[in-house]
Amino acid sequence: MTATATPPTAAESPRAYQRLGDRVFSKSALIAGSLILVILAAVAIFLVAQSLPALVADPNDFIGRPDSFWAYVWPLVFGTLWSASLALLMALPLAIGIALFISHYAPRRLAQALGYIIDLLAAVPSVVYGLWGIGVLAPAVQPLYTWLTENLGWIPLFAPPASGTGRTILTAAIVLGVMILPVMTAICREVFLQTPVLHEEAALALGATRWEMIRMAVLPFGRPGIVSGAMLGLGRALGETMAVAMVLSPAAVVSFAVLQSRNPSTIAANIALSFPESYGVNVNLLIATGLVLFVITLIVNSIARWVVNRRKDFSGAN
Amino acid sequence: MAIDSTPALLRTSTPANIHDHGRLNRRTPWTILGLSLAAGFGVAAFLGSVGATDGLSLTLALALGTVLYVVMITLISRQIEGTRQATDRFVTAMVTIAFTVAIIPLISLLFTVVTRGAARFDIQFFSESMRNVVGEGGGAAHAIVGTLLMTGTAAIISIPIGLMTAIYLVEYGRGPLARAITFFVDVMTGIPSIVAGLFAFALFALVFGPGVRMGFAGSIALSVLMIPVVVRSCEEMLRIVPNELREASYALGVPKWLTVLKVVLPTSIAGITTGIMIAIARVIGETAPLLIVAGFTASMNYDMFNDRMQSLPVFVFTSYANQGVDSQAFLDRAWAGALTLILIVMVLNLTARLIARLFAPKLGR
Repeated sequence: MTATATPPTAAESPRAYQRLGDRVFSKSALIAGSLILVILAAVAIFLVAQSLPALVADPNDFIGRPDSFWAYVWPLVFGTLWSASLALLMALPLAIGIALFISHYAPRRLAQALGYIIDLLAAVPSVVYGLWGIGVLAPAVQPLYTWLTENLGWIPLFAPPASGTGRTILTAAIVLGVMILPVMTAICREVFLQTPVLHEEAALALGATRWEMIRMAVLPFGRPGIVSGAMLGLGRALGETMAVAMVLSPAAVVSFAVLQSRNPSTIAANIALSFPESYGVNVNLLIATGLVLFVITLIVNSIARWVVNRRKDFSGAN
Repeated sequence: MAIDSTPALLRTSTPANIHDHGRLNRRTPWTILGLSLAAGFGVAAFLGSVGATDGLSLTLALALGTVLYVVMITLISRQIEGTRQATDRFVTAMVTIAFTVAIIPLISLLFTVVTRGAARFDIQFFSESMRNVVGEGGGAAHAIVGTLLMTGTAAIISIPIGLMTAIYLVEYGRGPLARAITFFVDVMTGIPSIVAGLFAFALFALVFGPGVRMGFAGSIALSVLMIPVVVRSCEEMLRIVPNELREASYALGVPKWLTVLKVVLPTSIAGITTGIMIAIARVIGETAPLLIVAGFTASMNYDMFNDRMQSLPVFVFTSYANQGVDSQAFLDRAWAGALTLILIVMVLNLTARLIARLFAPKLGR
């Protein structure tokens, strides 16, 4: 290179020598990455292809003879959304409380161990939750349900008659709430811990009590985290199968009463319970309901991601 | 009653200066808690003795005591410390209650599984299948073998794909493709497990005709669930490998692929192992997809490509759902299966965390 030569620009600089190993390695990494897209596309394509027959079939061939495909799906969609929202309603305040307890109230040395205990809840397989829900929780809450229908039966939610077994949608929602608690707690805790320490100390230095500090510094900072945690928990509750399938005694009804023995089933639980005995177009019908579930969870999860990503851009943490 | 004893409690610690508001003594909240619980037990015992509840209701006693404590601490603190401190004490109580309430199901669940599962947690349970068993006896050997085979196959499929994808995202990925992959990995994380099962069924039904049930289809369904978890955890671990290590390697003339293989991966291997084990722990408890594509059976089946294959979670479910003539025997087996499952998952989780702690790279000092 001569002294007068202009410094090489990026375009004309000599390309690095590509070794065979480099090429093989980077290509296989690329292929693995693209495989994810292929798999997801395959999931969508196969589900759609297998559900099409159900959409065009005569509803008389369906199990239970509904008026149409949508008449079959609607109670299930309702049950899915209803049980998941009940679960979220119960779990969200608890999750925020636990996250605050671990991040700001518990003694420092205990905090990590406590967080681990909550994580243990996440590790328990859902079928075990189902077994616990039916074997322990349902009998335990049944007297409470009877009491509620007798004394608060005028509230539509608690309309009598109470289920004699306790296998109601409220029990299922409690089990779901316990199951989604860890994931929501984990996200809330993570965000609460990221609160700029200077904000917290400034609040305390101005004489705020611990709660005032949390209300002024931690909660506003963590709000997007709370929202996305709630949405992820909701997504999980929507798709949860076994716990609901085991706890609930299902019927094809749309009802807001949470203590009766006739409860709307959920999409996932219905698939798990009906699939082994299904044949012919009913299999396609169940796959079509699965597709509906896929779309619902996709929407919920996308909203959650959108909230998280929107926050990343202008958060004080980075 | 708690109210009678409060005046003695209202003695505050000596104020350091005259502007100091009254503060509750450090021990006062604990005393109030004790008295409230005692009162709660008193009321519950009274209700039990007059016959309003059957005997002494422990739940009622604790609930009453807790509510009484929250009310008392708020009122007393309001009298002595002012509204702001009272709110603070109220919230502290509520947050602590939230944590305690969340612990209750965990303790109840572990306690129940251990006590009820212990009845059939014996050698027979691990050495026999359910073939020709109608009442007592029998075991879950076929289910354990099926779980190991299917989860193992799923791991063999998912780990290379997941790890290579993570490497692509961290080391090579730029531009729209990498962004698309990141986005769709997120989407995949949210796939309900039952939908993964339906996908595997739809895929295999196309090839083998309707009514297909085989272990390998179960592995495919599990892989769909496992790959995104592996990608996420590996990606996280690869990203925290400091760039200085890569640059030092490049400066020595080491090609990129060898840098990744010999520098980046060994540095992050502990974290990657942890992530993979947690991913395995997550899919080993999956029931719904296996119920759909692998079916259930009472017999041992070592062939991944033929016939139904039982797995431990499905064993738990079917033992519970299809109780035979001697229903207690089926329930006992279900609980024993649940205990086995929890033990496997716990061991995987604990080992994963242990590995992460013991073999964590020593970055800096």
